[in-house]
Parts: sequence; C-alpha cells; structure tokens
Amino acid sequence: MTGASPMPTIDVLVVGGGSAALCAAIAARRHGATVRLVEQAPVHLRGGNSRHARNFRLLHDEAHWYVPDSYGEDAFLRDLHRVTAGATDEVLARLLIRGSADIAPWLQANGVALQDPRSGVMPHSKRTAFFLGGGKAMINALYATAASIGVEIGYDSEVVALQLDDAHCGEVVIARGGIAGPIVAKAVVLACGGHQADRAWLRESFGDIADGLVIRGTPYVTGRVLRMLLDAGAKPVGDPAQAHIVAVDARGPEVDGGIVTRITAIPYGIVVDRNAKRFHDEGEDARKTHYARWGARIAQCPGQIAYLIMDAAGRARALPTALPPIEADSVAALAAKLELDPQALSATVAGFNDAVRESGTEALVPPKSHGAAALTTPPFAAYPMRPGLTFTHFGVAVDPQMRVLTTDGHLENIFAGGMIMAANVLGRGYLAGLGVTLSAVFGRLAGEEAARHAAR
Amino acid sequence: MPPDDLTDEADRVLRICTACMYCDGLCAVFPAIAGKHDFTPNDLDYLANLCHNCRGCWYACQYAPPHPFAVNLPNALAELRQRSYADYAWPRWLGAGFAANAGVVTAIVGGVTTLTLLATALLVPAEVLFAAHRGAGAFYQVVPWPIMAGAAAAALLWAVISIGVSAISYWRSIAPRASLGATLRALVPALRDIVTLRNLGGGGPGCNDASEKFSQQRRWCHHIMVAGFLASVASTLIAALYHHALAIEAPYPLTSLPVLSGGIGGVAMLIGIGGLLRLERRADRAPSAAAEVRLNLVFLVLLALVAASGLAVLALRDTPAMGLTLSLHLGLVIGSFVVLPVSKAVHGVYRSMALLRAAIDRAVPRPRRGGEE
Repeated sequence: MTGASPMPTIDVLVVGGGSAALCAAIAARRHGATVRLVEQAPVHLRGGNSRHARNFRLLHDEAHWYVPDSYGEDAFLRDLHRVTAGATDEVLARLLIRGSADIAPWLQANGVALQDPRSGVMPHSKRTAFFLGGGKAMINALYATAASIGVEIGYDSEVVALQLDDAHCGEVVIARGGIAGPIVAKAVVLACGGHQADRAWLRESFGDIADGLVIRGTPYVTGRVLRMLLDAGAKPVGDPAQAHIVAVDARGPEVDGGIVTRITAIPYGIVVDRNAKRFHDEGEDARKTHYARWGARIAQCPGQIAYLIMDAAGRARALPTALPPIEADSVAALAAKLELDPQALSATVAGFNDAVRESGTEALVPPKSHGAAALTTPPFAAYPMRPGLTFTHFGVAVDPQMRVLTTDGHLENIFAGGMIMAANVLGRGYLAGLGVTLSAVFGRLAGEEAARHAAR
Repeated sequence: MPPDDLTDEADRVLRICTACMYCDGLCAVFPAIAGKHDFTPNDLDYLANLCHNCRGCWYACQYAPPHPFAVNLPNALAELRQRSYADYAWPRWLGAGFAANAGVVTAIVGGVTTLTLLATALLVPAEVLFAAHRGAGAFYQVVPWPIMAGAAAAALLWAVISIGVSAISYWRSIAPRASLGATLRALVPALRDIVTLRNLGGGGPGCNDASEKFSQQRRWCHHIMVAGFLASVASTLIAALYHHALAIEAPYPLTSLPVLSGGIGGVAMLIGIGGLLRLERRADRAPSAAAEVRLNLVFLVLLALVAASGLAVLALRDTPAMGLTLSLHLGLVIGSFVVLPVSKAVHGVYRSMALLRAAIDRAVPRPRRGGEE
C-alpha cells in the first residue's frame, strides 16, 4: 500500500479504459513515466467500446501474415475523404494513416494476438486486420501488459473534477466507491471517449428522438470529462447532432448491445413504420454498409420504430441474428404479433407484391429499386428495428502533439486520444476498423507526448 | 429429444454467437455454427462434443455476464455434453451411472477389487500368496494366466461393445450428408486434430486453462497422460507377444521392453494426471459444468490408482507383498474396464467423431460473411 501520502504525484494520469487509454498508458510507461490509469467501468465491463471492436484499419505496402495484399496511404486517405466528405483535418489524417502502419507489430509486441485470415470464416479484407477472439481479447491482453510493466490500474474510478489553473491542470479529482480524492499528475491523457451514453446530452442535440435511440456501446461514455474540458475553454470540433446511427433489433438491450443486434437484411424485405406504411426504397443500397444508412431513417419514423418484413425466402438469404425473427403463417397474423394494424400491413404487402416487376417495382411510391421480390412464402418473418447510436461526431480539437486546443492556444499538460478527439479526422461517416486504429495511433501518441511533457 | 431448459439456453447463446463470430479463430466450434439460423437437437449434440472446454471464448466474450446477454457458451455446451453422455449410453439404463458418477464408480471398482482380493486370499494358499516369487511364471503362481487374462478380456469386451454401440448411435445422429470419399479424405485432418489437440491451442496463444492468462498446460498434461497410457498398453501387448509368440513368461527383467515401457508409462500417466488435477483445482468454475468437473475428477483418480498400483507391482514384485499387490492392480484394471462406459473415457470417442464431422464439413467451401465493425 502506498496510500499513506494524501496527494500522490505521478507523471502521467490516463483517464479511460479502452484501447486509446491502454495504448497511452503503455506508451507512457515504456517512455519511463510513472503511470496511473483510471477506468470508470467495473473490471468485468472494462474496455470502453473497444470491447465491441473486431478489426483495425492499417496502412501496409505489402502482405503480412495477418493481412493480405496492400493498402497504401493514398487509398486510405481517399477512403477517409469519401466517407467524411472532406470533414477531416488533413494533417491529423496523414498522422493517423502513417501511424497505422506500425500499430500491428506494436500491439503484438504488447501481447495482442491477431487472427490468421486463412483461419475461421471471417471476411476477406485487405484494409483491416482482425483480433484473435475480438476486441475484448485485445483489451484483456493490453490490461495484462499494462499491469505487468507497472501501470497502476484503478477500476470503478470516475473523474469528477479537473482543476485547471489557467491552461495547466493541477489536480484531477477521482471518485471511487463514493469517496473522492485528488491526484496530481504532471501530465494528463484524456482517453475516455465521447458522450453518446448521456441521454440528456443527446436530447440537447437530437430533441425527443434521443429517447428512442438505442445506445449500441458501453454505458460508461457519459461525456462528463468532455463537458469539463469544454467548460474549461477547450475548443470543440465536429457536431454533436451528427452521429453514426444504424438499424438495430428493437428487442435488444437499451445499451451495450454491440455488433450482434444490428439488422443487415433490409435488402431482402420491405420496411414499414408503425402505421404499416413503407417509407423508403429498400433496394437503394445493397452494400454491406446499408444498415448504417437506415439508422437515421428509422430515427425519423414516428416512435423511432420500424419493422423489416420478409417472407421465408428473404429470411433464408439473411445472416443469422442474435434474436430469432418474429414469425407467423400469414401477414395479418404477423401484424398482430407486431401490434400493427393487420389490414394496413396486409394492404401494404399486397400493394408491394402487385408492383413487383423483374427485381424492381412499377408505379410504387417509394419504389424498391433493386432486389424486389414478392413476399409470398410463409412463414413470414419480422424484425422490429430502432435506431442504434454508435458514436457522435463531436469532441475536442487537438494539435499534432495531441494537446487539447483552446480558442487561443492549447492546454499545457492535457492530451487527448481516441474517440474524444475522433471528430478531428472523422467529422462524418465511418470506415470499418477505424475506431481502434484511431484509438491505438492517437492514444499511443498522446501517451508518448504526455511522458515527454512529464520528463521536462 | 424435446426442447428444454438446456437446449433452449444453448440455442439462445448460439444465436448470439452466430451473429457475432468474433471467436471464429479460436476453435472448431465457431466455423461449425457459421451461417446457421437454427440448431436441431442433433446439431447441439455435435457442437457440445466438438467443444473442448478450452474457455478461450469465455474470456474473449463481449457478452459474458454481467452483460445482460449473459453469454456463457462453454457452460451451455458442457451441460449438454454431460447429458449427451447419458443419452447415448448403451444399454439405456447405463445413462443413470453418469448422474452419481463418483458413487457408481467407487462401488463397482471397489466391489470388483475387493472380490479379486478376497478370491485371491481365499483361493491361493497363504504359503504361495505370501512367498517371494522369482523367475519365469512368478505372477501366474498367484493368479493363473487364463483367469487373469480371461477376466480382464471379458471386462474389456463389455466396455468395447457398450461404447461401440453408443458411438454408432452418436455418429448416426451427427453424421453429415457426405460421400464415402469425402469422409475418407477427412480422416487424416480429423486424426491430426484428435492427436494434436489442436483445439486446445486457442488458435495459437493457448487456452485459458485456469484464468484469463493463456497457457498450453492442459494440452501438454493430456498429451503426457495419453502417452503414458499408450506406453502401458504397449507394455501389455509386448508382454502378450513375449508370452505367446516367444514363450517367455513374465516377470521380465527391469531392462526388458514390457517393464521399461510399463514403468515409464505409469510414471508419465501419474505426471499427466497430477497436472490435470492441479488445473481442475485452480480453474475458474464459471465456464464449466459441475457434473463435468466431477466426472473428470473421478476418472483422473481412477486412472491414477491403476497407474500407481501397476508401478507398485513392479516395485514390490520380488517381495512377499507381490501377490496381494498384483491382485489389487488386477482388480482395479478389471473394475476400470467395467466402468469405462460410464466414465470420462467416452469423451474421447464422441469428440473424435465430432472432429471427424468438422473435418468433413471443412472440406466443403465455407460461407463467408460480413463481420467487420
């Protein structure tokens, strides 16, 4: 026990417990700093949204055993420009992309196991490498490494105050088990994510729709620290009303459902709102990422709910889902199970079936422009869907040293890494595997810079 | 078998796993469920025995409790696996022997051993039993060869028939629709998985034998134990060859093949068993089934007794204690053969068949899916 001292001074305090925080803590410790990491979640739910991650995007000029082919800097940047529609900081984006080139060996050197693409049944990807066992296995490995090199780890520990004196952070007050105590650190890394689990904050940006949103990730990203930073004069970046919202199974948990509740079968059926009326072209986008476009549409539906209706043929084409679909032998019986108006749903399905021509529809509003097939084969199947929020495109602005910017400069000893500053490069959209890449590259950099600052 | 709590829970958990598939690199179970919408009772029997309880997926699971999904696949499959042992047991009434396994095994092995000792004590004159025998045929002066070999062979025959019938009905339940050619082609890869215990490797780093930390201890302890067992079997076979073909009667010299291989085999078995018992004691109980842990312990202790008594015969064979020690060892061996169909031994048969099915399925092109996040 070293708790005798009332106010221990350490080199680097890392706030957060996901991959960004762990990479920061390990990097800072390997630079010789004394490091403490405070994770708000209890040990069994540690790891932030990295627990739900599976793969990470990486620059590589040649094939490695863990990733085939190549993925160059220009291709990576083009992809980023495409999804963000230019809402990206060019300098930080290049920093991210170049940094991604050596995170695979760095993570492996820190105990993380990657998956051989030839094993299992995972999809082929030349852009991303996969964690063996997924994100939680990666998190477990990083916690074990951090502990073994001497990072002090505290769970159930929430930051309740950042005491800023001008641009310098003096004390950080941490509450644990109802008892608050100050920590003085020479440098602080904030890697505790965005604010998407704070429904009150979401209501500020989204209005009443916020109450109908499912939070796909950890409940511990409350944005409390982000708010403290903004109150202390940090410069915001992005828009809290812009978010990555996907179609998820309405029967899943309110928070933390992760990847398994997403509904990816929309092109195989029709989507109706709670009045049993179709409202958008289900065939418009048959790409794998189509479900990410439906989140916002369902959010605009009355009651933030919609229903995917398929027949047996459609269901057979769909990927398996965590919860089995609701099934019935007739459309009317299905409607009754969904608590929709049976006549209205039967009319919608009949109208759709009548309009189906050669994989499209004729004189139907809205149309189903691709893959339209009449819903005729029982049993009929349905998934109730709600909008599931993954993250918001909002955070604090940083400079290339990961120092938190203010309107007229930067905070002296506060660094940020991971999703709390993701909006600097990801002002809109999403790329598969970018969350972990962003957290690993910027988290590691923030940790190194913090250790350097502490050594001054 | 109608659906019940165990199958419902396995079905619930497997659906979540199929939608997730993050663990697909860990073992053969995940590729086997890829793309599946529904799980029949036969599917569940297959998957339950394909799982090696390496626990890798338990520690890697983003939905493990306290998450509301409370996914615990290794537990769900272990519970089903235990029940499959009872369900496929032949004759049917044998299935009940898995429920109170420690009692059943103790009673039968204890009974057979006691009978053997009593028979020896009553039938063999004291001056023969407690004399120090040396030279060719010494053992058979205490227990005549035909009785020794006959009793052991009868018990073994029972075990082979009982487990054989169970195995056939299990294979009928889980066999995939595949041509004979495809099945034959899968034999070598299946045998490789069976012999190397590849699925106790966690896809590379090892499995979670006792905790979150990866290790290969269980795999190696199992290898050492099986190698020891095979050496002991080889010892018996070589001895039979000496006896029948070369007409050289036991006991054999210390440097002879039967004694060397039996001695080394016995010691290796004890080392492997010791390691496995240690892991059972230290292991996190959450991802296992209580009934399986009991079955493991009973079988490990039984094997240890057989191995230790065999070594005791070797150590004491020149002393007056040889007679009773030999009789004890013989009783334990025969008793073990009798209880083999209600012991952990059956896992080897069912798991081998599950691995064969997995190897056959692997030979057909695999479904790929969108799994990026």
